[in-house]
Amino acid sequence: MAATLFFYLFAALSVASAVMVISARNPVHSVLFLILCFFNAAGLFILMGAEFLAMILVVVYVGAVAVLFLFVVMMLDVDFVKLREGMANYLPVGGVIGLIVMVELALVFGTWTISPDALKAAGAPAPAAGVSNTAALGEILYTKYVYWFQASGLVLLVAMVGAIVLTLRHKEGVKRQNIAEQVARTPATAIEIRNVEPGQGL
Amino acid sequence: MMELVTLVGIIALQSVALLVALLITVSLLIYFDRKVWAAVMMRRGPNVVGPWGILQSFADLLKFVFKEVVIPDSANKGVFIIAPIVTAVLALAAWAVIPLNEGWAIADINVGVLYLFALSSLGVYGVIMGGWASNSKYPFLAALRSAAQMVSYEVSIGFVIITVLLCAGSLNLSEIVLSQKTGLGTMLGLPNSFLDWYWLPLLPMCVIFFISALAETNRPPFDLVEAESELVAGHMVEYSSTPYLLFMLGEYVAITLMCAMTTILFLGGWLPIIDVPILAWVPGVVWFVIKLVFVFFRFAMVKTIVPRYRYDQLMRLGWKVFLPVSLFWVALTAGVLVSMGWLPQ
Repeated sequence: MAATLFFYLFAALSVASAVMVISARNPVHSVLFLILCFFNAAGLFILMGAEFLAMILVVVYVGAVAVLFLFVVMMLDVDFVKLREGMANYLPVGGVIGLIVMVELALVFGTWTISPDALKAAGAPAPAAGVSNTAALGEILYTKYVYWFQASGLVLLVAMVGAIVLTLRHKEGVKRQNIAEQVARTPATAIEIRNVEPGQGL
Repeated sequence: MMELVTLVGIIALQSVALLVALLITVSLLIYFDRKVWAAVMMRRGPNVVGPWGILQSFADLLKFVFKEVVIPDSANKGVFIIAPIVTAVLALAAWAVIPLNEGWAIADINVGVLYLFALSSLGVYGVIMGGWASNSKYPFLAALRSAAQMVSYEVSIGFVIITVLLCAGSLNLSEIVLSQKTGLGTMLGLPNSFLDWYWLPLLPMCVIFFISALAETNRPPFDLVEAESELVAGHMVEYSSTPYLLFMLGEYVAITLMCAMTTILFLGGWLPIIDVPILAWVPGVVWFVIKLVFVFFRFAMVKTIVPRYRYDQLMRLGWKVFLPVSLFWVALTAGVLVSMGWLPQ
């Protein structure tokens, strides 16, 4: 009873906030609605008994990815009046593309058949009793799919190295601090004591 | 149907009881914070309202609530009002999974640590939303600073939590505490004592967690978000009255939460300090509060003693020192546990 109620609550809210993501005028509002959408998806995961996935969704997507998203969107200097100006010009082309995609999707989904095996496997395959969700996921991820797991890690590593290589610039003439050097300074190496004669200076 | 109503009623009553106790504790901790700060500076601190000034926080509360709410004309009103509410609600919601004693958690869920980690990583949204919605220079700079700062230190907090999970073998907070009943102290011949807790075998991680907790909650020396000499009051410049109070409250509840997390992960939660009859008779919740106040005292002392970091130093510490050290320690802990056969289960 309560689960059904919560399912409809989360589902309705996630659909509504997803609509708001694309219809909100202000891009920052769009990102905030996206975050709300993630939250509701996490709620749906919990209802399915996948609490680990729900928490990871919140930690990774809401806690890290969406923060950077928001960071970038906030920095953008968007002129809203200009944004709306060309609306009438682009509408016919955009509308035609949208229509074509709609028709294609309708064709695909019209002939879609779900294999009976997949239908049986659906309905939240719960891990064996006494095994927590996290342990079950870990066991399958680090035994059966360990190579794929490592490979995806390598792909991410390469992407990260690529991003750093593309953006790293060593500017000339920038004063840099060497913390170890600073900490290692002693009065003997840093201070020189001179006896200055009056009226002469150094 | 009837059962459901009673169940919801019981949970609601428990939540209200916890919230009332928590808010009173936090108001006393704010008073304690100010007293410690004053004592180090050889001042008296708050000493007018109530005996020894102990009711100061309640007087502040009334003062804030009865002031007028000022919303700047150019602010983004909806987000401006939601931001402090998000901060306060997220900080309070995290307490649902904290076990104050054996079985004393409102929701004793399997992924308790992850839930805490998730909610504490969301604390940044209050700051970002408030800073952006104020539509003003300093709050916006604060929002940008906090976004980078809090994301950086979450990474090392994550690794610290992983080392504890490796030792405990569970994500459930109660089980993490119970797993600290046996450990190094038992091997040394002092079973069920403070030597068993994870602070000793994971001492570097405990230190890193403590410092990262300071950064995650924007406490001095990492309070660059509200550095008064540069940004006036950071994301809270445009806030007044109750919304400001909610920001303040959320901040202190988050600090208390971090103290509770340190207590659970490293200081054995509700376990007594040594398992001798008189100390073992003391209720677990008393031990929990004592440890929590001890960690909070460390937070307060750091605030008084350490000067504020510069922003690039903060980033260097997070990415170039804590990240490699904690990553190395995860590998080391896993290696030791596997090679010595100490893995749980």
